[in-house]
Amino acid sequence: MAMTMSGEVVLPADKATVWAKLNDPETLKNSIPGCQSLEKTSDTSFAAVAKIKIGPVSATFRGKVNLEDLDPPNGYRIAGEGEGGVAGFAKGGAVVKLSDDPAGTKLAYDVEAQIGGKLAQLGARLINGVAKKLADEFFAKFAEAVKAGA
Amino acid sequence: MSATGIGARVVRKEDHRFITGKGRYVDDINRPGQSHAYFVRSPHAHATIKSVDASEALKKPGVLAVFTGADIAADKIGGLICGWMIHSKDGSPMKAGAHPALAQGKARYVGDHVAVVIAETLAQARDGAEAVVVDYEELPPLPDMTLATAKGAAAIHAEAPDNIVYNWHLGDKAATDAAFAKAKHVTKLDIVNNRLVPNAMEPRAAIGEYDDGDGVFTLYTTSQNPHVARLVLSAFIGIAPENKLRVIAPDVGGGFGSKIFIYAEETICVWAAKKVGRPVKWTADRTEEFLAVAHGRDHLTHAELALDGDNRILGMRVSTKANLGAYLSTFASSVPTYLYAPLLSGQYNIPSIYCEVDGVYTTTAPVDAYRGAGRPEATYVVERLIEVAARERRMDPTAFREMNFVRQFPHQTPVIMMYDAGNYPLALKTAMDMHDVKTFAQRRSESERRGKLRGLGYSAYIEACGIAPSAAVGSLGAGVGLWESAEVRVNPIGTVEVLTGSHAHGQGHETTFAQVVADRLGIPIENVSIVHGDTDKVQMGMGTYGSRSGAVGISAIVKALDKVVAKGKKVASHVLEASEGDIEFKDGQFQVKGTDKKAGFGDIALQAYIAHKFNGQELEPGLKEGAFYDPTNFTFPAGVHICELEIDPSTGATEIKKWTAVDDFGNVINPMIVEGQVHGGIAQGVGQALAEQAVYDKSGQLLTASYMDYCMPRADDLPSFEIGMITTPAPSNPLGLKGCGEAGAIAAPPAVINAITDALGHEDIAMPATPQAVWRACQKRPSRLAAE
Repeated sequence: MAMTMSGEVVLPADKATVWAKLNDPETLKNSIPGCQSLEKTSDTSFAAVAKIKIGPVSATFRGKVNLEDLDPPNGYRIAGEGEGGVAGFAKGGAVVKLSDDPAGTKLAYDVEAQIGGKLAQLGARLINGVAKKLADEFFAKFAEAVKAGA
Repeated sequence: MSATGIGARVVRKEDHRFITGKGRYVDDINRPGQSHAYFVRSPHAHATIKSVDASEALKKPGVLAVFTGADIAADKIGGLICGWMIHSKDGSPMKAGAHPALAQGKARYVGDHVAVVIAETLAQARDGAEAVVVDYEELPPLPDMTLATAKGAAAIHAEAPDNIVYNWHLGDKAATDAAFAKAKHVTKLDIVNNRLVPNAMEPRAAIGEYDDGDGVFTLYTTSQNPHVARLVLSAFIGIAPENKLRVIAPDVGGGFGSKIFIYAEETICVWAAKKVGRPVKWTADRTEEFLAVAHGRDHLTHAELALDGDNRILGMRVSTKANLGAYLSTFASSVPTYLYAPLLSGQYNIPSIYCEVDGVYTTTAPVDAYRGAGRPEATYVVERLIEVAARERRMDPTAFREMNFVRQFPHQTPVIMMYDAGNYPLALKTAMDMHDVKTFAQRRSESERRGKLRGLGYSAYIEACGIAPSAAVGSLGAGVGLWESAEVRVNPIGTVEVLTGSHAHGQGHETTFAQVVADRLGIPIENVSIVHGDTDKVQMGMGTYGSRSGAVGISAIVKALDKVVAKGKKVASHVLEASEGDIEFKDGQFQVKGTDKKAGFGDIALQAYIAHKFNGQELEPGLKEGAFYDPTNFTFPAGVHICELEIDPSTGATEIKKWTAVDDFGNVINPMIVEGQVHGGIAQGVGQALAEQAVYDKSGQLLTASYMDYCMPRADDLPSFEIGMITTPAPSNPLGLKGCGEAGAIAAPPAVINAITDALGHEDIAMPATPQAVWRACQKRPSRLAAE
């Protein structure tokens, strides 16, 4: 089933700093909720393992993450797909756009994702709420990292 | 009528066992050394399986084996079969793709069986399944018939390039077109018959076992027809010859059709038992049932009814697309064809009918028979058309029905069936009187004063049960005959075991069958035991579905009982020293006509076994007889259900206020059990009409895979039913039985929707009429309240 979500956050740093953090595996790893490992496999791709719980289904996703449509320092598309074994699969991406803001940098995101298997069967009603919560968690941690690095 | 004989409300003998927790279901059985199976199922609706890597899974603790489609292919295990051949209009056979028990090369619906992990415990099997890595390449999901039949859609099976399994038809097209050409009025309707998931209280389960000593496989399975399962597993799938395969279907907690079919899971359990050298057990969890049990219904139909200037029906034209899912299940092909179109004449005199049906593959769970199987779909088409036609012609819907009822029997319809007995006007009149239809207008005004919309809906259904004459169904494509067998074993002390090929999974056969035996032999009901569900005990049988156990199963028992009595008379003639022709059997006594010389049934049974009073060369000792009964016609239960309901236009909530059902099931053995069947059937039909719907999203994910999202009817959705019966005995079987198991589920959906549309004042609503749908329908057009 499909899931979409969009939003924006303002980060207290300039565009170049935010862009650098968006491309830093260590920052991403610390920010992605449940991320157990994120290893760079090329300049624009990573192998990732993340443990996520959606309603009654908890699963360890193994998958790959690619950075596409790179437009430094204005944005990219971060796309991934992961197999959660018996729990099903998730795949999708987020278009991330950075723009200047009086308080620093505005980051706008537009997520489109597909989930399948048990995640869709049991988690369908919860997925939007969970996705919003995961996004909030991600940006809270990411903002901290940006602040620390600014 | 005795207190326990035919017609008595005997309390169910089996209920002591069930309500005290002594039932013995498959999951209650545990075999020594048993291992557990867990299936790896496709999370994708349609995908190429590039590889399955089990290496990590095999290292997990407790994992004994992981099998894939390659393993069953290597063992030459055949695919699951569809046992009814349907031919398209052009005479070509249906295009059936292979249905391997574990996917080979492709997964075709979410839940398709890709691999099985067998481990010491269920938890270890699950953990093993977690470690199986399947590399899928996604293909376009085709979860509905519009997508699957669109131009250029990917083929789900290479055998059916356009995803059409067959385009079949029935009836005289030219005659029907001619009827429409001279019609004064034509009623047209587009109808959706919503997709349902059967929800037996007990999910499916299986234990496979292999005895290396004698080479015999045993399968414990939740089956409505263990002998058919053995036949298919032996002759087609190739597990083992029939004499080396025992199938046991012990207590089974509901079937509703879904346990007729031979599924991948039990096939794998029995096959894998030999591979791992251990019994293999599998019990579905509820979500697995939603994903992989055969679903029901799912038709899209355009229907038209032609009337003359006096509102008599001239003809009917029906065009249906039936979703068959990703694979053809055991009887899938027959449900939207020969179990559907032959019922389109309803209770009415319709000179010409033409029906065409496209069977369509989609990337969804297989669809097969579900309580009523084709007949609820037909009845919904007929009774919606009739009601709408009456409204369009501004006729009272009961007067319109009256005018068009079949009144003379036998009646040959234009669609195969020959109705042999019925009294449709009497059922309607009885129901209207019981329901107090006359005062409906007052009740409606009273509702309207409270701001509520009240509606009254009728359903005059007919169904064909007692399936079926073997030669007749054979000529229509059935792969088997649909007779039934029985064996009556009289013990030396006069107690009786009856072995039947019927299978009880909630119907109460242990009571009703015993009532017949006690009645016919004049013995206490406690002296009768009914044995079923084990291929080692019962020689052969065709099982229970299509409300056939009374009309066919009991008829076989009656035939065997007649033979027992005939043999008893021979024994009695020696014991009583009279000629055989002078012996009468009545109330459990063999008596010499016109004398007081007599002997009880038990005495004659004992004499038959000790064999002292006759020459064992001339008359065989013992008292045991068997019979196979092949019906001469279908039976035609029919009746009228009236639903009265109230809608709250501000919330869309529908409350059923009153329900009257008058059914003609022919003679009835146990009215209490029959009423129970009617209650359950109505509840299931109301579920379809108001609540239930299986939903796949565009990507082919099943969104309704638990009770969080799939709404079942509950007790508080239903009123207390008013049940009445009329009786025209079925002429085709010895006890005049027709069958009652499916009637409620067939009758209810159009009664509910006819009532809702009556309340709304327009026809624009589909099943399930959830509060949201009803609320929308209330907004869409002026409701009756606003219009007035």
